[in-house]
Amino acid sequence: MMEEKLACCVGSWYPGATGVTAAEKLSGGASQETWRFDIVHPEGNVGAILRRAPRGYGAAPSRAAGLNAEARLMQLAFDAGVPSPRVLHVLTPEDDLGPGFIMQRVDGETIARKILREEKFSHARPKLAWQLGIVLAGIHSLPHTHLPELRRMTAAKELDEFERDYRSLNWPKPVFELALRWLRDHDPGPSTEVTLVHGDFRNGNLIIGPDGVRAVLDWELAHLGDPMEDLGWVCVNSWRFGEIDKPVGGFGSREELFAGYEAAGRRFNPARVTFWEVMGTLRWGLMCGGMMQRFRESPEHSMERAMIGRRASETEIDLLKLLATRGGEHAR
Amino acid sequence: MQDEPTPIELTKTVADFLRNDITPMISGHNAFRLRVAINILDLVTRQLTLEGGSDAREVERLTSLLGMTGSVIELNRVLAERIAKGEVDLRTSGLAEHLWQTTMDKLAVDQPNYATYKRELARDKRA
Repeated sequence: MMEEKLACCVGSWYPGATGVTAAEKLSGGASQETWRFDIVHPEGNVGAILRRAPRGYGAAPSRAAGLNAEARLMQLAFDAGVPSPRVLHVLTPEDDLGPGFIMQRVDGETIARKILREEKFSHARPKLAWQLGIVLAGIHSLPHTHLPELRRMTAAKELDEFERDYRSLNWPKPVFELALRWLRDHDPGPSTEVTLVHGDFRNGNLIIGPDGVRAVLDWELAHLGDPMEDLGWVCVNSWRFGEIDKPVGGFGSREELFAGYEAAGRRFNPARVTFWEVMGTLRWGLMCGGMMQRFRESPEHSMERAMIGRRASETEIDLLKLLATRGGEHAR
Repeated sequence: MQDEPTPIELTKTVADFLRNDITPMISGHNAFRLRVAINILDLVTRQLTLEGGSDAREVERLTSLLGMTGSVIELNRVLAERIAKGEVDLRTSGLAEHLWQTTMDKLAVDQPNYATYKRELARDKRA
Protein backbone atom coordinates (compact mmCIF):
# COMPACT_ATOMS: atom_id res chain seq x y z
CA MET A 1 0.00 0.00 0.00
CA MET A 2 2.65 2.49 1.11
CA GLU A 3 5.12 1.11 -1.43
CA GLU A 4 2.58 1.46 -4.25
CA LYS A 5 1.90 5.09 -3.37
CA LEU A 6 5.60 5.84 -3.04
CA ALA A 7 6.37 4.09 -6.35
CA CYS A 8 3.71 6.14 -8.09
CA CYS A 9 5.09 9.33 -6.53
CA VAL A 10 8.75 8.56 -7.27
CA GLY A 11 7.95 7.56 -10.87
CA SER A 12 6.57 11.03 -11.52
CA TRP A 13 9.86 12.86 -10.86
CA TYR A 14 12.78 10.40 -10.74
CA PRO A 15 13.88 9.53 -14.29
CA GLY A 16 14.44 5.82 -14.78
CA ALA A 17 13.02 4.77 -11.39
CA THR A 18 11.12 1.50 -11.74
CA GLY A 19 9.60 1.28 -8.25
CA VAL A 20 10.38 1.35 -4.56
CA THR A 21 11.26 -1.41 -2.12
CA ALA A 22 11.92 -2.07 1.57
CA ALA A 23 9.59 0.68 2.82
CA GLU A 24 9.67 0.71 6.61
CA LYS A 25 8.23 3.13 9.14
CA LEU A 26 10.83 4.36 11.58
CA SER A 27 9.95 4.96 15.22
CA GLY A 28 10.62 8.26 16.89
CA GLY A 29 9.45 11.75 15.96
CA ALA A 30 6.39 12.65 17.98
CA SER A 31 5.00 15.20 15.54
CA GLN A 32 6.17 13.80 12.21
CA GLU A 33 6.25 10.43 10.54
CA THR A 34 9.45 9.08 9.00
CA TRP A 35 9.73 6.24 6.48
CA ARG A 36 12.85 4.73 4.94
CA PHE A 37 12.73 3.07 1.52
CA ASP A 38 14.86 2.36 -1.53
CA ILE A 39 14.18 3.75 -4.97
CA VAL A 40 14.70 0.93 -7.48
CA HIS A 41 16.80 2.06 -10.43
CA PRO A 42 18.62 0.11 -13.16
CA GLU A 43 21.88 1.90 -12.28
CA GLY A 44 21.59 0.95 -8.61
CA ASN A 45 19.07 1.54 -5.85
CA VAL A 46 18.99 4.89 -4.07
CA GLY A 47 18.30 5.10 -0.32
CA ALA A 48 15.57 7.60 0.53
CA ILE A 49 13.63 8.98 3.50
CA LEU A 50 10.06 10.26 3.55
CA ARG A 51 9.15 12.80 6.20
CA ARG A 52 5.50 13.71 6.45
CA ALA A 53 2.74 14.83 8.77
CA PRO A 54 0.93 11.83 10.25
CA ARG A 55 -2.60 11.32 8.96
CA GLY A 56 -5.26 13.05 11.01
CA TYR A 57 -2.65 15.33 12.53
CA GLY A 58 -4.28 18.75 12.76
CA ALA A 59 -2.66 22.13 12.40
CA ALA A 60 1.08 22.16 13.05
CA PRO A 61 1.99 23.35 16.55
CA SER A 62 2.61 27.09 16.55
CA ARG A 63 6.34 26.64 17.01
CA ALA A 64 6.86 24.42 13.97
CA ALA A 65 8.07 26.04 10.77
CA GLY A 66 6.11 23.54 8.67
CA LEU A 67 7.30 20.75 6.42
CA ASN A 68 7.63 22.90 3.30
CA ALA A 69 9.84 25.36 5.15
CA GLU A 70 11.86 22.47 6.54
CA ALA A 71 12.44 21.06 3.04
CA ARG A 72 13.46 24.47 1.74
CA LEU A 73 15.92 25.02 4.63
CA MET A 74 17.53 21.62 4.14
CA GLN A 75 17.95 22.31 0.45
CA LEU A 76 19.48 25.74 1.15
CA ALA A 77 21.82 24.21 3.73
CA PHE A 78 22.83 21.48 1.27
CA ASP A 79 23.50 24.03 -1.49
CA ALA A 80 25.61 26.13 0.90
CA GLY A 81 27.79 23.15 1.84
CA VAL A 82 26.28 22.60 5.31
CA PRO A 83 26.11 18.82 5.95
CA SER A 84 22.53 18.04 5.04
CA PRO A 85 20.53 15.42 3.15
CA ARG A 86 19.62 16.37 -0.41
CA VAL A 87 15.90 17.05 -0.80
CA LEU A 88 14.61 15.04 -3.75
CA HIS A 89 10.94 16.00 -3.85
CA VAL A 90 8.39 18.08 -1.95
CA LEU A 91 5.07 16.23 -1.81
CA THR A 92 2.15 17.57 -3.83
CA PRO A 93 -1.58 16.82 -3.43
CA GLU A 94 -1.32 14.47 -6.47
CA ASP A 95 1.08 12.26 -4.49
CA ASP A 96 -1.73 11.54 -2.00
CA LEU A 97 0.80 11.13 0.82
CA GLY A 98 -0.11 14.22 2.83
CA PRO A 99 2.23 17.18 3.37
CA GLY A 100 5.93 16.35 3.54
CA PHE A 101 9.03 15.69 1.47
CA ILE A 102 11.42 12.99 0.30
CA MET A 103 15.16 13.25 0.81
CA GLN A 104 18.22 11.19 0.05
CA ARG A 105 19.20 8.86 2.89
CA VAL A 106 22.50 9.66 4.62
CA ASP A 107 24.26 6.73 6.25
CA GLY A 108 25.41 7.12 9.82
CA GLU A 109 24.24 7.13 13.43
CA THR A 110 21.77 9.46 15.15
CA ILE A 111 21.41 7.74 18.53
CA ALA A 112 23.38 9.94 20.91
CA ARG A 113 24.43 7.23 23.35
CA LYS A 114 25.88 5.11 20.57
CA ILE A 115 27.78 8.06 19.13
CA LEU A 116 29.21 8.79 22.59
CA ARG A 117 30.20 5.21 23.39
CA GLU A 118 30.87 3.11 20.29
CA GLU A 119 34.44 2.47 19.22
CA LYS A 120 33.84 3.35 15.58
CA PHE A 121 33.20 6.99 16.50
CA SER A 122 36.28 7.29 18.73
CA HIS A 123 38.23 9.27 16.13
CA ALA A 124 35.30 11.56 15.34
CA ARG A 125 34.34 12.40 18.95
CA PRO A 126 37.28 14.66 19.87
CA LYS A 127 36.73 16.73 16.72
CA LEU A 128 32.98 17.08 16.97
CA ALA A 129 32.68 20.13 19.27
CA TRP A 130 34.88 22.11 16.88
CA GLN A 131 33.07 20.74 13.84
CA LEU A 132 29.69 21.68 15.29
CA GLY A 133 31.00 25.26 15.58
CA ILE A 134 31.80 25.26 11.87
CA VAL A 135 28.42 23.77 10.97
CA LEU A 136 26.53 26.30 13.08
CA ALA A 137 28.49 29.14 11.51
CA GLY A 138 27.38 27.81 8.11
CA ILE A 139 23.73 27.72 9.18
CA HIS A 140 23.90 31.23 10.64
CA SER A 141 25.47 32.54 7.43
CA LEU A 142 22.67 31.37 5.12
CA PRO A 143 21.48 34.48 3.28
CA HIS A 144 18.16 35.89 4.53
CA THR A 145 16.91 36.59 1.05
CA HIS A 146 16.43 32.91 0.24
CA LEU A 147 14.83 31.82 3.49
CA PRO A 148 11.19 30.74 3.68
CA GLU A 149 8.86 32.70 5.93
CA LEU A 150 9.84 32.01 9.55
CA ARG A 151 8.85 33.27 12.99
CA ARG A 152 11.00 36.06 14.37
CA MET A 153 11.78 35.17 17.99
CA THR A 154 13.40 37.01 20.87
CA ALA A 155 14.19 35.80 24.37
CA ALA A 156 11.38 37.99 25.74
CA LYS A 157 8.82 36.45 23.36
CA GLU A 158 10.04 32.98 24.14
CA LEU A 159 9.85 33.67 27.89
CA ASP A 160 6.20 34.68 27.49
CA GLU A 161 5.58 31.29 25.87
CA PHE A 162 7.50 29.49 28.62
CA GLU A 163 5.43 31.27 31.23
CA ARG A 164 2.19 30.30 29.46
CA ASP A 165 3.33 26.66 29.11
CA TYR A 166 4.39 26.50 32.76
CA ARG A 167 1.13 28.03 34.06
CA SER A 168 -0.88 25.59 31.92
CA LEU A 169 0.71 22.68 33.85
CA ASN A 170 -0.97 24.01 37.00
CA TRP A 171 1.57 22.20 39.15
CA PRO A 172 3.88 24.28 41.34
CA LYS A 173 7.57 23.97 40.49
CA PRO A 174 9.54 26.46 42.57
CA VAL A 175 12.74 25.77 40.59
CA PHE A 176 11.00 26.66 37.31
CA GLU A 177 9.68 29.85 38.94
CA LEU A 178 13.20 30.71 40.02
CA ALA A 179 14.51 30.10 36.49
CA LEU A 180 11.74 32.20 34.90
CA ARG A 181 12.52 35.02 37.26
CA TRP A 182 16.29 34.75 36.66
CA LEU A 183 15.79 34.72 32.89
CA ARG A 184 13.56 37.83 32.98
CA ASP A 185 16.16 39.61 35.10
CA HIS A 186 19.10 38.55 32.91
CA ASP A 187 17.62 38.84 29.41
CA PRO A 188 20.41 40.57 27.45
CA GLY A 189 17.83 42.09 25.07
CA PRO A 190 17.30 41.46 21.36
CA SER A 191 20.41 40.49 19.46
CA THR A 192 21.88 43.16 17.19
CA GLU A 193 22.38 40.48 14.59
CA VAL A 194 19.41 38.36 13.54
CA THR A 195 20.08 35.13 11.65
CA LEU A 196 18.45 31.84 10.83
CA VAL A 197 18.37 29.77 14.04
CA HIS A 198 18.08 26.00 13.63
CA GLY A 199 16.17 25.72 16.90
CA ASP A 200 16.90 22.07 17.73
CA PHE A 201 20.60 21.69 16.97
CA ARG A 202 21.84 19.01 19.38
CA ASN A 203 23.31 15.55 19.79
CA GLY A 204 20.45 13.29 18.69
CA ASN A 205 19.45 15.42 15.70
CA LEU A 206 22.71 14.90 13.82
CA ILE A 207 23.85 12.06 11.59
CA ILE A 208 27.38 11.19 12.61
CA GLY A 209 29.80 8.90 10.80
CA PRO A 210 33.28 7.74 11.77
CA ASP A 211 34.51 10.85 9.91
CA GLY A 212 32.31 13.33 11.81
CA VAL A 213 29.09 15.27 11.09
CA ARG A 214 27.31 14.06 7.96
CA ALA A 215 23.94 15.76 8.25
CA VAL A 216 21.88 18.15 10.36
CA LEU A 217 18.28 16.97 10.79
CA ASP A 218 15.01 18.17 12.34
CA TRP A 219 14.66 21.74 11.16
CA GLU A 220 11.05 21.98 12.27
CA LEU A 221 11.77 24.52 15.01
CA ALA A 222 13.79 26.85 12.78
CA HIS A 223 13.15 30.56 13.21
CA LEU A 224 14.87 33.94 12.98
CA GLY A 225 16.58 35.19 16.10
CA ASP A 226 19.77 35.39 18.15
CA PRO A 227 22.35 33.00 16.63
CA MET A 228 23.75 32.40 20.14
CA GLU A 229 20.57 30.46 20.91
CA ASP A 230 21.82 27.46 18.90
CA LEU A 231 25.20 27.54 20.69
CA GLY A 232 23.45 27.54 24.07
CA TRP A 233 21.01 24.74 23.17
CA VAL A 234 23.73 22.34 22.02
CA CYS A 235 25.33 22.76 25.48
CA VAL A 236 22.19 21.92 27.51
CA ASN A 237 23.07 19.13 29.93
CA SER A 238 20.21 16.91 28.73
CA TRP A 239 22.05 16.52 25.39
CA ARG A 240 25.32 15.39 26.99
CA PHE A 241 23.80 11.99 27.73
CA GLY A 242 25.84 11.41 30.87
CA GLU A 243 29.11 12.98 29.63
CA ILE A 244 28.44 15.97 31.86
CA ASP A 245 31.95 17.40 31.77
CA LYS A 246 31.82 17.83 28.00
CA PRO A 247 29.23 20.56 27.53
CA VAL A 248 28.96 20.41 23.73
CA GLY A 249 26.77 17.35 23.24
CA GLY A 250 29.04 15.22 25.42
CA PHE A 251 31.78 15.66 22.78
CA GLY A 252 33.95 18.53 23.95
CA SER A 253 34.33 22.00 25.40
CA ARG A 254 32.62 25.30 24.72
CA GLU A 255 36.04 26.70 23.79
CA GLU A 256 36.33 24.17 20.95
CA LEU A 257 32.81 25.01 19.76
CA PHE A 258 33.61 28.73 19.84
CA ALA A 259 36.94 28.16 18.07
CA GLY A 260 35.23 26.33 15.21
CA TYR A 261 32.56 29.02 14.99
CA GLU A 262 35.20 31.73 14.86
CA ALA A 263 37.38 29.83 12.36
CA ALA A 264 34.37 29.86 10.02
CA GLY A 265 34.31 33.64 10.21
CA ARG A 266 31.69 34.33 12.86
CA ARG A 267 31.83 36.04 16.25
CA PHE A 268 30.45 34.57 19.45
CA ASN A 269 29.29 35.99 22.76
CA PRO A 270 29.84 33.61 25.71
CA ALA A 271 27.51 35.52 28.07
CA ARG A 272 24.64 35.21 25.60
CA VAL A 273 25.45 31.54 25.08
CA THR A 274 25.19 30.94 28.85
CA PHE A 275 21.88 32.81 28.98
CA TRP A 276 20.53 30.59 26.18
CA GLU A 277 21.81 27.46 27.93
CA VAL A 278 19.64 28.37 30.94
CA MET A 279 16.75 29.12 28.55
CA GLY A 280 17.30 25.78 26.85
CA THR A 281 17.38 23.83 30.10
CA LEU A 282 14.05 25.31 31.16
CA ARG A 283 12.69 24.80 27.64
CA TRP A 284 13.41 21.06 27.75
CA GLY A 285 11.89 20.88 31.23
CA LEU A 286 8.71 22.47 29.92
CA MET A 287 8.73 20.15 26.91
CA CYS A 288 8.79 17.23 29.39
CA GLY A 289 5.75 18.82 31.03
CA GLY A 290 4.10 19.03 27.62
CA MET A 291 4.72 15.30 27.13
CA MET A 292 2.97 14.65 30.43
CA GLN A 293 -0.05 16.65 29.22
CA ARG A 294 -0.15 14.75 25.92
CA PHE A 295 0.11 11.46 27.80
CA ARG A 296 -2.98 12.42 29.79
CA GLU A 297 -5.01 13.90 27.01
CA SER A 298 -4.35 11.73 23.97
CA PRO A 299 -6.21 8.43 23.72
CA GLU A 300 -3.15 6.18 23.35
CA HIS A 301 -1.79 7.11 26.83
CA SER A 302 1.77 6.48 25.70
CA MET A 303 4.03 5.04 28.41
CA GLU A 304 7.05 6.70 26.79
CA ARG A 305 5.45 10.14 27.08
CA ALA A 306 4.48 9.43 30.68
CA MET A 307 8.10 8.66 31.53
CA ILE A 308 9.42 11.71 29.67
CA GLY A 309 7.05 13.72 31.86
CA ARG A 310 8.95 12.40 34.85
CA ARG A 311 12.22 13.74 33.42
CA ALA A 312 11.37 17.38 34.15
CA SER A 313 13.18 17.00 37.47
CA GLU A 314 16.43 16.37 35.56
CA THR A 315 16.21 19.90 34.25
CA GLU A 316 15.45 21.18 37.76
CA ILE A 317 18.74 19.83 39.11
CA ASP A 318 20.56 21.24 36.06
CA LEU A 319 18.92 24.64 36.56
CA LEU A 320 19.99 24.63 40.20
CA LYS A 321 23.52 23.80 39.14
CA LEU A 322 23.47 26.75 36.73
CA LEU A 323 21.77 29.25 39.05
CA ALA A 324 22.41 28.17 42.64
CA THR A 325 25.81 26.52 42.73
CA ARG A 326 26.21 24.78 46.05
CA GLY A 327 28.65 26.11 48.58
CA GLY A 328 27.12 29.57 48.95
CA GLU A 329 27.93 31.27 45.65
CA HIS A 330 25.27 31.66 42.98
CA ALA A 331 24.71 33.51 39.74
CA ARG A 332 23.23 36.95 40.23
CA MET B 1 -6.02 -0.36 57.40
CA GLN B 2 -5.26 -2.47 54.36
CA ASP B 3 -3.72 -5.91 54.52
CA GLU B 4 -0.35 -7.15 53.39
CA PRO B 5 1.55 -7.58 51.09
CA THR B 6 2.21 -3.85 50.82
CA PRO B 7 1.97 -1.93 47.54
CA ILE B 8 5.77 -1.72 47.49
CA GLU B 9 6.05 -5.49 47.66
CA LEU B 10 3.39 -5.91 44.98
CA THR B 11 4.84 -3.51 42.40
CA LYS B 12 8.30 -4.91 43.01
CA THR B 13 7.23 -8.48 42.45
CA VAL B 14 5.48 -7.61 39.16
CA ALA B 15 8.53 -5.66 37.95
CA ASP B 16 10.83 -8.56 38.80
CA PHE B 17 8.58 -11.03 36.99
CA LEU B 18 8.54 -8.88 33.84
CA ARG B 19 12.30 -8.28 34.04
CA ASN B 20 13.41 -11.84 34.70
CA ASP B 21 10.80 -14.07 33.04
CA ILE B 22 9.16 -12.04 30.27
CA THR B 23 12.02 -9.90 28.92
CA PRO B 24 13.87 -12.88 27.35
CA MET B 25 10.69 -13.80 25.42
CA ILE B 26 10.04 -10.39 23.80
CA SER B 27 11.84 -8.69 20.90
CA GLY B 28 11.60 -5.64 18.66
CA HIS B 29 9.56 -2.56 19.48
CA ASN B 30 7.65 -4.39 22.21
CA ALA B 31 10.94 -5.16 23.98
CA PHE B 32 11.54 -1.42 24.13
CA ARG B 33 8.02 -0.83 25.45
CA LEU B 34 8.44 -3.59 28.01
CA ARG B 35 11.59 -1.89 29.27
CA VAL B 36 9.65 1.37 29.62
CA ALA B 37 6.90 -0.48 31.51
CA ILE B 38 9.43 -2.01 33.92
CA ASN B 39 11.00 1.43 34.42
CA ILE B 40 7.56 2.78 35.34
CA LEU B 41 6.99 0.07 37.94
CA ASP B 42 10.47 0.66 39.39
CA LEU B 43 9.72 4.39 39.64
CA VAL B 44 6.42 3.70 41.40
CA THR B 45 8.19 1.37 43.84
CA ARG B 46 10.79 4.05 44.61
CA GLN B 47 8.09 6.67 45.10
CA LEU B 48 6.08 4.42 47.43
CA THR B 49 9.25 3.76 49.42
CA LEU B 50 10.60 7.30 49.65
CA GLU B 51 7.73 9.77 49.29
CA GLY B 52 6.42 9.65 52.85
CA GLY B 53 9.72 10.60 54.44
CA SER B 54 10.77 13.19 51.84
CA ASP B 55 7.35 14.90 51.82
CA ALA B 56 7.38 15.18 55.63
CA ARG B 57 10.85 16.77 55.59
CA GLU B 58 9.81 19.07 52.73
CA VAL B 59 6.75 20.26 54.69
CA GLU B 60 8.97 20.90 57.70
CA ARG B 61 11.40 23.05 55.68
CA LEU B 62 8.57 24.91 53.89
CA THR B 63 6.79 25.62 57.18
CA SER B 64 9.87 27.30 58.57
CA LEU B 65 10.75 29.04 55.27
CA LEU B 66 7.25 30.47 54.71
CA GLY B 67 6.11 30.87 58.30
CA MET B 68 2.83 29.05 57.69
CA THR B 69 1.34 25.57 57.76
CA GLY B 70 -0.40 23.56 55.03
CA SER B 71 -0.18 20.46 52.86
CA VAL B 72 2.90 19.86 50.73
CA ILE B 73 1.12 21.05 47.55
CA GLU B 74 -0.37 24.13 49.22
CA LEU B 75 3.00 25.16 50.61
CA ASN B 76 4.66 24.60 47.24
CA ARG B 77 2.04 26.82 45.57
CA VAL B 78 2.77 29.59 48.08
CA LEU B 79 6.53 29.26 47.60
CA ALA B 80 6.15 29.33 43.80
CA GLU B 81 4.00 32.46 44.05
CA ARG B 82 6.45 34.24 46.34
CA ILE B 83 9.35 33.47 44.00
CA ALA B 84 7.32 34.74 41.02
CA LYS B 85 6.60 37.98 42.86
CA GLY B 86 10.24 38.38 43.83
CA GLU B 87 9.43 38.24 47.55
CA VAL B 88 11.74 35.26 47.95
CA ASP B 89 14.98 34.67 46.05
CA LEU B 90 18.36 32.97 46.34
CA ARG B 91 19.48 35.55 48.91
CA THR B 92 16.65 34.37 51.17
CA SER B 93 18.19 32.31 53.94
CA GLY B 94 17.44 28.62 53.48
CA LEU B 95 15.89 28.80 49.98
CA ALA B 96 18.82 27.40 47.99
CA GLU B 97 19.31 24.56 50.50
CA HIS B 98 15.59 23.80 50.45
CA LEU B 99 15.41 23.67 46.65
CA TRP B 100 18.50 21.49 46.44
CA GLN B 101 17.20 19.01 49.00
CA THR B 102 13.74 18.89 47.41
CA THR B 103 15.20 18.37 43.96
CA MET B 104 17.58 15.65 45.16
CA ASP B 105 14.56 13.88 46.69
CA LYS B 106 12.72 14.11 43.35
CA LEU B 107 15.66 12.67 41.40
CA ALA B 108 15.98 9.81 43.89
CA VAL B 109 12.53 8.73 42.66
CA ASP B 110 12.51 9.90 39.01
CA GLN B 111 16.02 9.20 37.70
CA PRO B 112 18.54 7.97 40.28
CA ASN B 113 20.96 7.24 37.42
CA TYR B 114 21.01 10.81 36.13
CA ALA B 115 24.66 11.88 36.02
CA THR B 116 24.19 15.28 37.66
CA TYR B 117 22.29 13.65 40.52
CA LYS B 118 24.89 10.93 41.04
CA ARG B 119 27.66 13.51 41.23
CA GLU B 120 25.79 15.68 43.73
CA LEU B 121 24.92 12.61 45.79
CA ALA B 122 28.60 11.61 45.96
CA ARG B 123 29.35 15.17 47.08
CA ASP B 124 26.74 14.92 49.86
CA LYS B 125 28.26 11.65 51.03
CA ARG B 126 31.76 13.14 51.19
CA ALA B 127 30.52 16.16 53.15
